[in-house]
Amino acid sequence: MMTNYGNRMTQGQFSFLPDLTDEQISAQIKYALENSWAINIEYTDDPHPRNTYWEMYGMPMFDMKDPAGVLMEINECRKTFPQHYIRVMASDATRVRARPRLPCAWPRFFTAWTMCALAN
Amino acid sequence: MDKFGRPLLGATTKPKLGLSGRNYGRVVYEALKGGLDFVKDDENINSQPFMHWRDRFLYCMEAINKASAATGEVKGHYLNITAATMDEMIERAEFARNLGSIIVMIDLVIGYTAIQTMAKWCRANDMILHLHRAGNSTYSRQKNHGMNFRVICKWMRMAGVDHIHAGTVVGKLEGDPLMIKGFYDVLRETHNPMDLPCGIFFEQDWASLNKVMPVASGGIHAGQMHQLLHHLQLRIYRYG
Repeated sequence: MMTNYGNRMTQGQFSFLPDLTDEQISAQIKYALENSWAINIEYTDDPHPRNTYWEMYGMPMFDMKDPAGVLMEINECRKTFPQHYIRVMASDATRVRARPRLPCAWPRFFTAWTMCALAN
Repeated sequence: MDKFGRPLLGATTKPKLGLSGRNYGRVVYEALKGGLDFVKDDENINSQPFMHWRDRFLYCMEAINKASAATGEVKGHYLNITAATMDEMIERAEFARNLGSIIVMIDLVIGYTAIQTMAKWCRANDMILHLHRAGNSTYSRQKNHGMNFRVICKWMRMAGVDHIHAGTVVGKLEGDPLMIKGFYDVLRETHNPMDLPCGIFFEQDWASLNKVMPVASGGIHAGQMHQLLHHLQLRIYRYG
């Protein structure tokens, strides 16, 4: 019996909300950058919930200061991999907390995308 | 291992310490997917506040399995099972075995009794045992006392480890090519004739005692590959 009604990918912090607009996504990225979290974009075609390691779309953006730049990278990833799930992770590098803070998954059949974060 | 025509290639995850379990597994995954055959825990990575050993084992096994599936090759990661007591080491080794790892590693500092116990355990449980020679330099690089590393090589061969770090010629440690060749002969040959330039003072017949695979590990990088091949005719290299 299928219980994931609506085919939503419910992995991550914002996946249970309605789709985020680009401004909302930029706001979240800005929050991450203000906290000096390194942002990393990943993609996969395997949506299993225990699939920890998605493919990395480029290196983590350690030196990026501008949310628009991150958004551009995300859109590039969308264009390159239109059929994959995409997520954005922000890693907190302070002591003992080098863990992802803000991942978001992007179902391939949604034109807008959803931000979500895993429990850390 | 199903690898023909080339030595096995591995690396140690760096930074040595400080990565979280998930981050560490990511490094292992990318390294294995990128083409290495093995990745290895560093010798001082046991169970620290930033990465407890169970987390490391779980994330690394996921990374190995994913990389193996992605590349279609046999991949592995040497999980460091060095711990405070023998019982804890066996517990970690059993966990590694239950997760499906084919290889574990220990450090020289655990002592000869513990090394031989782990060698027997690994033989009984069908796992490869890799020995990191951390700490040997405290007594093997002294000129006025101590003993040479080739004695350790002999003892470790008798103890039953499967791999041992046996020196590169061009890396960061001592580098007399003939002496290193002596180490390799002690580990790999069935019979060592007396060979003073290589440092072998006594003829030694190893009968059928298992050989040890020497691992050339010690601060080498890709630019030194041709020198390693020339000096050592190796089977396994390790960078980093």
